[in-house]
Amino acid sequence: MAIKVVERRPLTLAERSYLPQIIAGLKVTWDNMVRPAVTLQYPDERPAIPTNYRGVPTLVMDPNGREKCVSCQLCEFVCPPKAIRITPGEIAATAENAHVEKAPKEFEINMLRCIYCGLCQEVCPEEAIWLQSQYSMTGTSRESMVNNKAKLYELGGTLPDGHHKWDKKKEEAERQAHEGH
Amino acid sequence: MEALLHDLLLNQAWYFTAARGLTAIIILMSIAAYAVLLERKASAWIQGRIGPNRTNHPLIAWIPGLGTFLMKGGFIQPAADGLKFLFKEDALPGHVRKTYYVLAPIIALAPALVVLIMLPFGKLPTGEAISLTQHADVGVLFMFAVSSLGVYGIALAGWSANSKFPFLGAVRGSAQLISYELAMGLSVLTVFLAASAPGQDHGLSLVSIVDAQNGAWNILYHPVAALVFLICIFAETNRHPFDMPESETDLVGGFHTEYGAFKFGLFFVAEYGHMIIGSSLFILMFLGGWHILPWVPTLGTGVVASLLGVAAFFAKLCFFLFFFVWVRWTIPRFRYDQVMRIGWRVLLPIAVLNLIAYFLYYALTGAR
Repeated sequence: MAIKVVERRPLTLAERSYLPQIIAGLKVTWDNMVRPAVTLQYPDERPAIPTNYRGVPTLVMDPNGREKCVSCQLCEFVCPPKAIRITPGEIAATAENAHVEKAPKEFEINMLRCIYCGLCQEVCPEEAIWLQSQYSMTGTSRESMVNNKAKLYELGGTLPDGHHKWDKKKEEAERQAHEGH
Repeated sequence: MEALLHDLLLNQAWYFTAARGLTAIIILMSIAAYAVLLERKASAWIQGRIGPNRTNHPLIAWIPGLGTFLMKGGFIQPAADGLKFLFKEDALPGHVRKTYYVLAPIIALAPALVVLIMLPFGKLPTGEAISLTQHADVGVLFMFAVSSLGVYGIALAGWSANSKFPFLGAVRGSAQLISYELAMGLSVLTVFLAASAPGQDHGLSLVSIVDAQNGAWNILYHPVAALVFLICIFAETNRHPFDMPESETDLVGGFHTEYGAFKFGLFFVAEYGHMIIGSSLFILMFLGGWHILPWVPTLGTGVVASLLGVAAFFAKLCFFLFFFVWVRWTIPRFRYDQVMRIGWRVLLPIAVLNLIAYFLYYALTGAR
């Protein structure tokens, strides 16, 4: 393999005087100065949040206003920092959505423990828990940083749902009951 | 005693002296305050930020348009900064030499104020120089002598703080001042060599130097001297890239590490005061003082011409204060050994050779 000798040029007088470099540097800073500022004045201006952002975890309802969580507790078990605590509850037999059978009686997410990993959203078979766009979570006490069920639904709201899993199940059960007997 | 007081109250000269002193303090403080604002704003612009744009006062905010403009421009920020310094707890550390510790910021500021009084910054229609004193012709020798005293404040602060980083800063500051004072004086000599003939009155007067720049400015005839002087005023004012006594990255805060509240504020004002003086000297000696443009004759001797001259001087001063800031946020600090090498082995020989060259040229050709 041929050896290529690179000439190691000593610094020229101009380079040793620093001056051309300083003038070039002044030009760089001048260019920066006339460029518009990139500051986002935060409380007044808010950043644009991308749709796949992983913000504060929330519980959502389906378009019919039914709570989607069936308190299977998969999220509670998968949660790495153990931030989720679910108290399972029954749905009354007289209720309109009695066929769903179960719903959380209480659902707490401790935002002091939450690490925003999104595993709860990934593991949820009902697509009931979503990490949405809220990025700023503040409170004045430890208790206020624990989101209870009401707060979680308030934060979550309603998301569009393409499956209507439980409606289909109900229809199917009704059809079978109708045909079979 | 009563007679003395009576004399004092009736003596007009005394009033004028007091008024002059007060004016010098007000001018220096307000220019320094707004130089700090310029520093904060320009550094923000260079770094792609906006800079101070929140401070406001309800009475000013109430004015439509102007109130918002003043707030966005940060023009009320200096008042907030000053008040902050004033109302902070003025802690006196237990390990300092108290008398000298308190004395140091005053000694740092006083020379800046004294020199400011001597500074001519315009010309009256009668042909006299506009200055805070009638003796503006005392000249550049006095200014150099007094403004160099500012380093005693730094040295005293470093020594009395009784702590190693301030001490190192003070030692560096003193060494730097000694190194750059020589080159500075020699570069100035070439200008005065050109401006004053033998036997002429006011040989070292700044006013006559400015008058001599009626046509071309000295920077065109003495570019090397101007460059050396410019580098030296950066070193003398302890500004980047020569802020050896402060160098916050290696000396915590340098000479003012142990200072807080208004004493630190005084050091701050003194630094800006020296910037103002250094830039003014450069403007007077190399940039035509109150002449508006090179080869542009002044518009007669009327009041308008006077005012235009003063405005030209202040415009140049503002540019220079901006230039100090611009350089500060452009280049990093020199290492201490580099500072010494530049001072002794580069600037001093250049200044000496430059002086000899001009001296020989004038001696052989007889030209002025």
